[in-house]
Amino acid sequence: MGINTTNTDASTIDAEKMDTETMDFGALFPDEVITKALARDIALPGGAGTFVLITLDNGFDHTKPNTFGPASLAGLSGVLDTLLDRAEAGEIVGVGVTGKPFIFAVGADLTGVPKVTQREQALAIGALGHKTFEQLRTLPVPTFAFVNGAAMGGGVEIALSAAYRSISAGVPALALPECFLGLLPGWGGCFMLPNLIGVTSALKVIIENPLNTNRMLKGPQAFELGIADAMFEPAMFLEDSLSWAAGVITGKTVVARPEIDRDQAAWEGAIAAAKRIVKAKTGGAAPAPLRALELVSAARTASRTEAYAAEDKALADLLLCDETRSNLYAFDLVQKRAKRPAGAPDRSLARPVTKVGIVGAGLMASQLALLFVQRLEVPIVMTDLDQGRVDTGVGYVHAEIDKLLGRGRVSTDRANRLKGLVQGSTSKDDFADADFVIEAVFEEIGVKKQVFAEVEAVVSAGCVLATNTSSLSITEMAADLKNPERVVGFHFFNPVAVMPLLEIIRGDKTDDATLATAFATGKTLKKTSILAKDSPSFIANRLLGRFMGEVGRIVDEGTPLDIADHAFAGFAPMPPFELLGLVGPAIALHNNESLLRAFPDRFYVSDGLRRLVAAGKPGFYIYPEGKPVLDPEVAALMETPAHPVVLDSAQVREQVLAALAQEAQLMLDEGVVAAPMDIDLALITGAGFAFWNGGLTPLLDRSGISEKVNGKRFLPRGA
Amino acid sequence: MPRTLREVVFVDGVRTPFGKSGDKGMYAHTRADDLVINCIRELLRRHPELPPDRVEEVALAATTQIGDQGLTLGRVASLLAGLPNTTPGYSIDRMCAGAMTAVTNVASAIAFGSTQIAIAGGVEHMGRHPMGESVDPNPRIFSEKIVDPSALVMGATAENLHDRFPGLTKERCDAYAVASQSKLDKAYAEGRITPDLVTVATRHAELGYGLATRDEPPRPGTTLENIAGLKTPFRSHGNVTAGNSAGLTDGATACIIASADAAAELGLPVRMRLAAYSFVGVEPEVMGIGPVPATEKALTQAGLTIEDIGLFELNEAFAVQVLAFLDHFGIADDDPRVNRYGGAIATGHPLASSGVRLMTQLARQFEENPDVRYGLTAMCIGIGMGGAVIWENPHHSDYGKELASTTHTTQGAVA
Repeated sequence: MGINTTNTDASTIDAEKMDTETMDFGALFPDEVITKALARDIALPGGAGTFVLITLDNGFDHTKPNTFGPASLAGLSGVLDTLLDRAEAGEIVGVGVTGKPFIFAVGADLTGVPKVTQREQALAIGALGHKTFEQLRTLPVPTFAFVNGAAMGGGVEIALSAAYRSISAGVPALALPECFLGLLPGWGGCFMLPNLIGVTSALKVIIENPLNTNRMLKGPQAFELGIADAMFEPAMFLEDSLSWAAGVITGKTVVARPEIDRDQAAWEGAIAAAKRIVKAKTGGAAPAPLRALELVSAARTASRTEAYAAEDKALADLLLCDETRSNLYAFDLVQKRAKRPAGAPDRSLARPVTKVGIVGAGLMASQLALLFVQRLEVPIVMTDLDQGRVDTGVGYVHAEIDKLLGRGRVSTDRANRLKGLVQGSTSKDDFADADFVIEAVFEEIGVKKQVFAEVEAVVSAGCVLATNTSSLSITEMAADLKNPERVVGFHFFNPVAVMPLLEIIRGDKTDDATLATAFATGKTLKKTSILAKDSPSFIANRLLGRFMGEVGRIVDEGTPLDIADHAFAGFAPMPPFELLGLVGPAIALHNNESLLRAFPDRFYVSDGLRRLVAAGKPGFYIYPEGKPVLDPEVAALMETPAHPVVLDSAQVREQVLAALAQEAQLMLDEGVVAAPMDIDLALITGAGFAFWNGGLTPLLDRSGISEKVNGKRFLPRGA
Repeated sequence: MPRTLREVVFVDGVRTPFGKSGDKGMYAHTRADDLVINCIRELLRRHPELPPDRVEEVALAATTQIGDQGLTLGRVASLLAGLPNTTPGYSIDRMCAGAMTAVTNVASAIAFGSTQIAIAGGVEHMGRHPMGESVDPNPRIFSEKIVDPSALVMGATAENLHDRFPGLTKERCDAYAVASQSKLDKAYAEGRITPDLVTVATRHAELGYGLATRDEPPRPGTTLENIAGLKTPFRSHGNVTAGNSAGLTDGATACIIASADAAAELGLPVRMRLAAYSFVGVEPEVMGIGPVPATEKALTQAGLTIEDIGLFELNEAFAVQVLAFLDHFGIADDDPRVNRYGGAIATGHPLASSGVRLMTQLARQFEENPDVRYGLTAMCIGIGMGGAVIWENPHHSDYGKELASTTHTTQGAVA
């Protein structure tokens, strides 16, 4: 790799044996997009001397951000070698690093990570970043990072390695997202950030934000936290930064940083608070944030050498662990597969949607109207049987828009526009010029068929008829229409505004133009569209139905409810009986009953659930002090079987996961989805399943359940 | 209602370092609008006493108003520079005198009372927008001999000037050009140029970011021998060479123009007072003579004679065109009042931006020479025009003595 380590104290960092000189990174990163380190001499303003500015640039525009793969780091390292010589020769007064337009650097190139199989490889990846960034940090002249654009992970860490930092007020995102990905900031971030801005602020960046759906800081927030010493407007960011650097070098500008609180109790208190957040968010099932906490805890007293060795070790452990592989797999799904849905027809076949009809004005219909009007910005007509219901539905949408206005999320003009677009009617005649009509009426096939017949009598031949059914057959719903090819399933998840998943279901006669229009509409709605075969409960609800049915069966057979509920920490987004309350017992019951009809040999409807619904209870738990407690009235409804079978949590988990493995394989065999990836993507985006399990199938594979149940894995090794 | 005319003052001016046009030039990968945006921001940065919302107009010139010099540059650059959206803007084209016209236009609006404070300037990225890009001359220009075909080639008009004034020899031109280079070099060394420059980050796809802090075209140390043998691209065995004319250049300028009242109210510095200005037309094939009648007209308006002018900032599109001016007014080729900091032959001439460079330099020379009462900025303009602006030095002891009579009320002028 040509790395000169003799001039840096980083060369002492080899707690475990590693050799970046001979490591064959080319095999791991055969297609690395190399971020070049373009070094140029600059005459600093005011005669402050010759400064070298390094521009990180991979030669592409901002849609392909700068990353650090091994060859990129080697190139940077070579440049820094030369600069060390020049600095020692007194030729240069300072060195700065900046990015290409809009992008500073977004961190390590992760493309090779799934290929890492040996610990030396994993250790070498961490060591290479450390060594290279140490070359910058230990230059004998002042060093600067001018953070001009998006900075993440290793991009932030190279900036932290410089002595001084400026940031553009226009930076859209600065983050250490490693914990979100199942990794940790292992190129100095866990050590340098808390020592720069204090432990509490550092934990916000290292732990809280990543676990909060990967939230990122904007430039001014990063500056406020103390990550940068100066902030400048984007228009002349680099000019202003260089002029500031000249001031720092000449001593005209003094950079003052507040002293951070190094009190042990305060430091550990912050660590403990962050640990509680981690437990709440991950149930302790994700190893990365816990390892990061250990490193941040140690950063208070550790030497840099110790800290970097510990980072290398932790990073190597994580790079090789299942959760991280699954996490990166899941990240890839939501980043890539979600944007190019498998099986979607060519986008050019899609017809324009210039007006939308919504049959029904209930809560679901109103949520759909709110989403459609915000994203499609076309007229929306909601219909219902009487004016009162119509007014309620339209009123709901208008009130929601007013709330957005009140929170400053939309301007007055936009609120006026959106409200003006949403109209109600008691007559379907108003659908005449609509291109897309979606029904959200009572879940009963006869009602739906009648609604579509009425709509078809009014609309043009090209109008798409979409149904938000969660369980009924698309083919059957279209059967009696003149143009059954225009019917498509368009299944949202609750709450519609929050859950990304949209299952698009093709009926037997659905044509490509209709399907393409559905996918194009889903994209405009900013949903994650997944194609599903017309089958009972489609994707997410079928698996959730099997999951809930299986858990219900176990409890009905005698396992205490709390044991069952505790069996799924780190697997389901929340304990199953709590989830039931969120979904609504009646809806869950309806789903399970229709699945039982379709697959009587496998599915199960819990008697307990039936009694709960019959009693009109909203769930199993009540929340008297914010914490779930089994509702005593519900407990009274439960019956203990004559011969109770009591399982422990591990047995519950094993039995339920086995059922899910069976169901997922059957779904693939039946062609419900194109690939296991679609099952995982659906559970992540529609039911909040965890990244560190890769949704479902990577967990089933790595725990051996796939092979035990189906005799084979779902996915090749590596995920 | 009686109308009050207002005095107009030059508050401050800046420019980017000028770059050589072409693939190897320092601005090869830099947008034209970004150059002028830097100038506007620098003016605002230097004058925190000027609230941005008090800028009531942004007039920006560019000769080729397409691409990054199009889209109503004055308005868009104003928004991009961070001025509030309540500040309007527009674009101007009078070829080489674009920025000069931007200044006189906003000055007229201020004098009229329409606005109080404006930013005027110009930009020309001749690398991204070569002269004549996308032009479509009406064929009648040639069929009816409306103008001589050579009028569209500026170098050819300069050769034509040699024909008209045989006393303007190539040797005089070369000597003038050598002096221009050495005067600029001296001015740089004495610190008279850099204070008016705004740095520009120059991104280059293969080289990374650089920083422009100095003009790129100057060739300090140029001697007569160096340039004597240069090619004469506009005429075989002609007189006009790359050595005695301004090269193709990228750069931008901007300045703050205000009413004297607004400057006093906000505490803005007054560096020059606008005394008179004039634009005239001449035969297009000898456009270089344009500054002569323009200056005569402006002098008449100001009630001055050429002897009253103590400092000259003449644009050096071509040495021959400056010498034609000097000969006409009986001024020596090496008169120390003329282009003290050198001129466009050394710095380069980014067409529509050059006018404000002349003014900014004159303003600095006024400060250095409080004994000088009046100065002139003048330039020749393509298709046969000339522009001249006469300025009064506020540092002169007699400054303001006649202002009471120049600020006057006209009653019912438009009734």
